Amino acid sequence: MNTQLLVQLVVNGLIVGALYGVVAMCFVLIYKASQVVNFAQGEFVLIGAWVCWWLVAEFKLPFWAGFPVCLVFMALLGVAVQVIVLRPLIGEPVISIVMVTIWLSIFFQALLRWVFGVFTQPFPPVFDTSTVKVLGLNVETAYLMSLGISVVIMVGFAYFFKFSKMGLAMRATAFDQQVAQSMGVSVKRVFALSWAISAVVSALAGVVVGLVSGVSASVATVGVKVFPAVIVGGLESIVGAVLGGLIIGLLEGLAQFLDAEYLGFGNLITVAPFYAMLIILLIKPYGLFGTKNIERV
Amino acid sequence: MAGSMRPAGDFRTTYQADRTIFPTRGSAIACAVALLALCVLPMQFGGKSLVSSYWLALVIQIAYYGIAALGLNILVGFTGQISLGHSAFFGFGAFMSAYLSGRHGVPVALSIPLAGLATALLGVVVGLPAGRLKGLYLAIATLASQFVLQDFFSRAAWFTGGASGANAPPFSLFGLTLSGDRSYYYVVLFYLVAMYVFAANLMRTRDGRAMVALRDHYLSAEIMGINLTYYRILAFGISSFYAGIGGALMAHYTSFVSAEAFDLLLSINFLAMVIIGGLGSVMGSLMGTVFILFLPEFMQGVVRIVQGLGIGQSAGFNEGLAYLKEMAIGLAIVLFLIFEPEGLAARWRKIKAYWKLYPFSY
Repeated sequence: MNTQLLVQLVVNGLIVGALYGVVAMCFVLIYKASQVVNFAQGEFVLIGAWVCWWLVAEFKLPFWAGFPVCLVFMALLGVAVQVIVLRPLIGEPVISIVMVTIWLSIFFQALLRWVFGVFTQPFPPVFDTSTVKVLGLNVETAYLMSLGISVVIMVGFAYFFKFSKMGLAMRATAFDQQVAQSMGVSVKRVFALSWAISAVVSALAGVVVGLVSGVSASVATVGVKVFPAVIVGGLESIVGAVLGGLIIGLLEGLAQFLDAEYLGFGNLITVAPFYAMLIILLIKPYGLFGTKNIERV
Repeated sequence: MAGSMRPAGDFRTTYQADRTIFPTRGSAIACAVALLALCVLPMQFGGKSLVSSYWLALVIQIAYYGIAALGLNILVGFTGQISLGHSAFFGFGAFMSAYLSGRHGVPVALSIPLAGLATALLGVVVGLPAGRLKGLYLAIATLASQFVLQDFFSRAAWFTGGASGANAPPFSLFGLTLSGDRSYYYVVLFYLVAMYVFAANLMRTRDGRAMVALRDHYLSAEIMGINLTYYRILAFGISSFYAGIGGALMAHYTSFVSAEAFDLLLSINFLAMVIIGGLGSVMGSLMGTVFILFLPEFMQGVVRIVQGLGIGQSAGFNEGLAYLKEMAIGLAIVLFLIFEPEGLAARWRKIKAYWKLYPFSY
């Protein structure tokens, strides 16, 4: 057994998992606030990566200036999508909303390939060194940054939901939309805000992936990994989403190790999360932290 | 009541009249004429064919996708269970029929229904765990089974031929080979009519109404003595049966099956067919299939016109045309869902009602 490889893959898995967790958190935020399942979450990640890449590599803005501009753009995009596409669909059955977000993601994918091409574009180097040694392991600097930012975001989220007025309004809306509305909470604003936050944080994840491995359509695959992460953690728990992301990342690392050392399938890493998800759905459909009101019928 | 025109309003006095398929003689005649027209469609008169082979191929595609879409509608529209894994079942039917007839020499006429049954069995197996979940959780679970089955297709070389795909022999009956488009059309048409008639009748039986009751209010349905688990899994089985038949028909039409064809996008397209056609409408499934299959053709035409206008030359427009088409399809469906959420079948009903009530609005 190759211990060095195992440890390296586990660490990589956890770091990628933290990223999954961040995106899953955005997914849960939208789901909790507006009961919309956003299949276009991965495309938000990709759009963020491309826009930041465009600002930094083509528009020649320094990274510290281009990055915030990208985030502002993403916030506006999130609000726009919510207002234009999702608002007319309030009250429609789940399946219509699922379909709209799926086709929205297809639309965005085609648009991005048209505007930015199909080739992987490297980011201009932002950090001095691309990898650093942590406890004898090679770790990408950008991943460390992402880990740091993720933690900051999570703490920020916790503070925002716990202590700010808007956070309280969002929690109230998530709990009971009608009662919140009757108490004077502007549900429209809560929906729009949740989409804006979600888009911004997704973009952040996208930029991190882009910094490490370049920007291409494959960045959007993070959006598919969100589902296992969210199911493991529980569909309505933000903490659960982060933990679920870590678990799925760890699982991927282990699957990769198993594949490379023993099985030789070549693609166990891509299907392992879905096997795990099916098993979780069978034995504990509400996940680790989800609200347990799933009726078994 | 048996007059040629249906009066405005509902004047049925017996359950018999309420459950009839053809409410007026006119509708029965229209149905017979349409069927006759479909039978005549591929024929050639004096060396000239009525439709070009291109259009005929499109009609055959509509038929087998339409069968699978109807299966999904039974699951989604009638029973209210979302499935994002329908194309995996469709693919399983295709591989099963190719496996049975290509590797084991089962006659194709027999392998198609057998593939349907095998897919139904798979559907029941997948549906067993899914029978415990509902709504969004079910959608995500079927999404997982889509990925898992697709992975299985690309791995199981003994069954699917792995990366190189599987060959499906042509359809033959009593030593008569029906391989060309014009003869295979009748095979597909036979299945299409049989499956649609079956579905239309299924919804008039106790089982069909139980499924609808389960969709509308599962708690009430259970109180009324409907076994929820049984009917949820039955719906999965029937829906997979339809998918399997559709897939098998496709396999013997294209004579080659490979795993890449049965991806998530096809599942999404099936769902789009069902929703655009109208959830819970048998004819709507076919309308939605026609819409989804014609949309790319239509968009191709639009794109060609844009190309002809000459605005394309500026701003790198020409390279983007393929993407423009994809975007337009995505946008068209999003707009459709926003502005016509009830589907084409409901629109058709509204148009009929408009003419029936003409000078008045209701």
